Amino acid sequence: MTDKPETKFEPVIIGFTCNWCSYRAADMAGTSRMKYAPNVRLTRLMCSGRLDPTFVFKAFAGGADAVLVSGCHPGDCHYINQNYKAMRRFHLMKRVLVQMGIEPGRLKLLWASAAEGAMFAREINKFVEEVRALGPLNWTSNNGSKIADHVLLSVVNGQPSEEAEVTA
Amino acid sequence: MDKKDEKEKIGVYVCHCGTNIAGVINVEEVSTWAAENLKDQGVVISREYKFMCSSLGQELIQKDIKELGLTRVVVAACSPHLHEKTFRNACKGADLNPYLCELVSIREQDSWVHTDKVAATEKAKAIISGGVSRVVYHEALEPLHVPIHPATLVVGGGIAGIQAALEIADAGFPVYLVEREPSIGGHMAQFDKTFPTLDCSACILTPKMVDAGNHPNITLLTYSEVEKVDGYVGSFVATIRKRARSLREADCTGCGICWEKCPKKVVDDVFEAGMGTRKAIYVPFPQAVPKYPVIDRVNCTYYIKGTCKACEKFCPTNCIDFAQEDEILTVEVGNVILATGWDLFDTRRITQYGYGRLPNVFTSLEFERMSNSAGPTGGNVVLRDGKTEPKVVGIVHCVGSRDKNYNEYCSSICCMQSLKFAHLVKEKTGAEVYNFYIDIRTPAKGYEEFYHRLLEEGTHFIRGKVAEISDATRLPAEEGKLVIQVEDTLTGNQLRVPVDMAILSAGLEPRHDSKALAKLFGISCSADGWLIERHPKLDPIATMTDGIYIAGCVQGPKDIPASVAQGAAAAARVMGKIQQKEIALEPVRATIHEEQCSGCRICNNMCPFNAILFHEDRMVSEVNPALCQGCGTCVAGCPAGAITGTGFSNEQILSQINGLLLLNVPKKQAVAA
Repeated sequence: MTDKPETKFEPVIIGFTCNWCSYRAADMAGTSRMKYAPNVRLTRLMCSGRLDPTFVFKAFAGGADAVLVSGCHPGDCHYINQNYKAMRRFHLMKRVLVQMGIEPGRLKLLWASAAEGAMFAREINKFVEEVRALGPLNWTSNNGSKIADHVLLSVVNGQPSEEAEVTA
Repeated sequence: MDKKDEKEKIGVYVCHCGTNIAGVINVEEVSTWAAENLKDQGVVISREYKFMCSSLGQELIQKDIKELGLTRVVVAACSPHLHEKTFRNACKGADLNPYLCELVSIREQDSWVHTDKVAATEKAKAIISGGVSRVVYHEALEPLHVPIHPATLVVGGGIAGIQAALEIADAGFPVYLVEREPSIGGHMAQFDKTFPTLDCSACILTPKMVDAGNHPNITLLTYSEVEKVDGYVGSFVATIRKRARSLREADCTGCGICWEKCPKKVVDDVFEAGMGTRKAIYVPFPQAVPKYPVIDRVNCTYYIKGTCKACEKFCPTNCIDFAQEDEILTVEVGNVILATGWDLFDTRRITQYGYGRLPNVFTSLEFERMSNSAGPTGGNVVLRDGKTEPKVVGIVHCVGSRDKNYNEYCSSICCMQSLKFAHLVKEKTGAEVYNFYIDIRTPAKGYEEFYHRLLEEGTHFIRGKVAEISDATRLPAEEGKLVIQVEDTLTGNQLRVPVDMAILSAGLEPRHDSKALAKLFGISCSADGWLIERHPKLDPIATMTDGIYIAGCVQGPKDIPASVAQGAAAAARVMGKIQQKEIALEPVRATIHEEQCSGCRICNNMCPFNAILFHEDRMVSEVNPALCQGCGTCVAGCPAGAITGTGFSNEQILSQINGLLLLNVPKKQAVAA
C-alpha cells in the first residue's frame, strides 16, 4: 500500500492472552528460546472470557494492524467454560469488523495450552505473515477513528456500547 | 482514555537480567527513552540495573519510593509468574501498596524470543509504555483472607499418596485417602522386587498400607472416585462416589470364606495383569487394605442370572448385602494432593513385537507378577504353558518410550527395571539373558553399581533397538523359538537372537483419564498427558491452582524413591498451609455497582461458580466475593458496564492497549501524511 517496496511492512499486533494457558505458553516459548516475529505485543487477562469486544476495537482504533485473542482449549478453561464465551464473542466481532470495513482476517483466535509454547510461536509467525499480506490498516487516519471514538466514549461513560449489546 | 486528575509519580525499573535481557535489548536506551517520553504519563524516574530481583535491586526501588515519593512502580524484567511477588513485596517493604506495582515481561516475551535487536528494543519500549499507562489505574488492594480447612484430600492410594497421607495424618491433621481400586497399594503392590537393593516390594510397602489403614486421622475411601470438586484453596468441597462393595464393612471380618466359596472365576486384568484369576467376590491380594472384599457386579453370577448367593450362604457374619447402593459423600477439605500414578504402555500397539500374538512375549508387569512368589506362578519364571523354564530370555528396553511413534519421553525406570528382570531371571532359572537397549540410563544412587553387578553376572548387553520379534524361523537353531531381529549398533552387525521368552520393558504413560482428572480439579496437562507443575525446576509439587498439589508419577515417570519424596514434599507444603490457618487470596474479584445495574440478569448465567446473586427486592445483582474466582467474564458481558474487575478493570486494560500502541501511532500517521 503506502509502503515502499524495499521496506517490509511490519504490522503491529495486539495479543490478548489468558493468564492460565496462552500467557504461560508465551512464557514457555521464552524459556525454551523459541524465536518468533517481534510484531505481537501481549496483554494479560485472567481469562479469554474477560475479553470485552471494546478492547479489540480499541486496539484497532489505536493503530494495531491486527488482534490476536488467545485462550485455553475448549474444555480446558481454568474457569470451567468461559473460553466458550470468548469464542462466541469472537465470531460476533468478526461480523462487526466486516461492517466496519475491516478484513476479518485481522482478528485471530488461537487456543493454546500452557504446554504449547512451540505452537504459540509458530502460530504468531503465521499470523504476522497473514497480516503482512493484508497490509497496514490505517484505521486511525480513516473514518474508522470516528467509530472507534464512539465505542470508547461509551465505555468511559459507562453507557451501553454497541458491542456489549451484541455480546449479551 | 485520558489521565486522571492528580498525577501519579511513577518509577520505571528496567532489568538487564545479566545478559538475558541486555544481550538483545538495549536496556540503557529503553530506560532513557522511558524517562524522556513517558514523562507525561507521570514517570519521574527510570533506572536500569543488572539484576532487579537481587536485594540491591529491590533496595534501589525502595529507596526511590521513600525519597522520591513514588506512587506507582513499573518493573520491566521477567514474567510476572516468576517475580511478581518479589517486586510486590519490595514495594510493600517501602510502605507502598503491593498492588500499585506492575511487572511487565521483556524477557520471556521479548529478549528470549527475538533476535532482531532493534525490533526487540522497540518492543520493550512499547511493553513498558503499556505497563506505565496501566499502572496509573491500579488501585491499592488488600488480599482476601480465607480460613484453611485442616482436612486434606489425597487422591490415589499408591506409594506417593500413602506417603503423603501418612505424613499429614502423623502431624495431627485429618486426611481423606481416596482410591479407585478395592485396596490401596497401587502399582508397587504388584511388584516383586525393587531395584537396586532387591528389597521385597510388598515387605516394605505393606507396613505403610497397614499404617494408613489404621491411622485415626486417615479416612480410607477405597473403591471410590472423586466426582466433583467445588470451591478454592482453603475450602474445597469434594463429592466422592463410594461404590457399593455389596457387603456391610462393619460386620465383615475379612475371613475369606466368601471368596473361597464363590464359584465364579474371573481373569484378573488389574492386579495380576491378566496372568491370573480371581473370584467374582475378591480382595485383589492377600495383604489388601482394607481387608474387606468387593463383589464385582459385572461378573457375579447373582447379578447376571439372579441366583447363586454362595457368598451370602457361607458368610459367618451375614454381612453380604446384594442391594447395597453407591454412597455419595461430600467432604470439605482445605487442600488436595493428586497422586493417581500411571498406566502401562499398551504393548499391543507395537505389532512387530508380537505381544498378544506370540504367547511367550510378556510385558514388564506380567513378568513382575510371574516373578512374585504370591503371584499366579508362585514365583516361577516359566513360559506361557505354565511349566517350561526358559533357557534364553531377551529383554527389550524402551518399549513405547523414546520413540516418536509412541512416546518421545524416556520413562526413566525401564533400564533399571530391565536390569532387575535380568538378575531375577538368572537367579531363578540360570537362563542366558540378553538386554537389548538404546542407552543404559542409571542416574540415581546405587543404580550404576547395580548395572556393573549385572555386567559381572554375565548378562549380555546388545546396543540396538529391536526391529522385530517373530516366530518365523530360518535356521535349525531357531526352531521353536522366538527370533529377535536387531542391529548391534556397536559392531554394525544385523543379529537374529533366538530366545524362549521375550520381556517387553514397557514404558509409563499418563493414566488414560488424566485429562478428565485435570479438568475435574481445574489444572492442566502437558501435551503428553502428565499434569503440569507450577515450575519445572523450583516447584514440581504445586500446580497453577492454589491448594492443589501433585505427587508421584502423575507429574511424570519416576521411580519409587522419587515418588515417596514427592508425596512427603506435597504433604509438607499442605501442612505449611494448614499451619497458617488462613490464606491470602489475590483480590482479583468482580464487583457490581448497584446504581448502574439494570437488573437484566445477563451476568447471572455467565458465572460458572454461581457467585452472582440476584436480589429480587431491589432488582439488582451482587457478586459474592468468596465464590468469585475473578475470571472477569461478567465484567465483559455486562451491557450496562456496571461490573468492575479488580486488577483487570476496563480502564487498566484500555490504557495498557493505548500504551502498547504509543510507539506505533506517530509513525503510522507519518506514513499516511
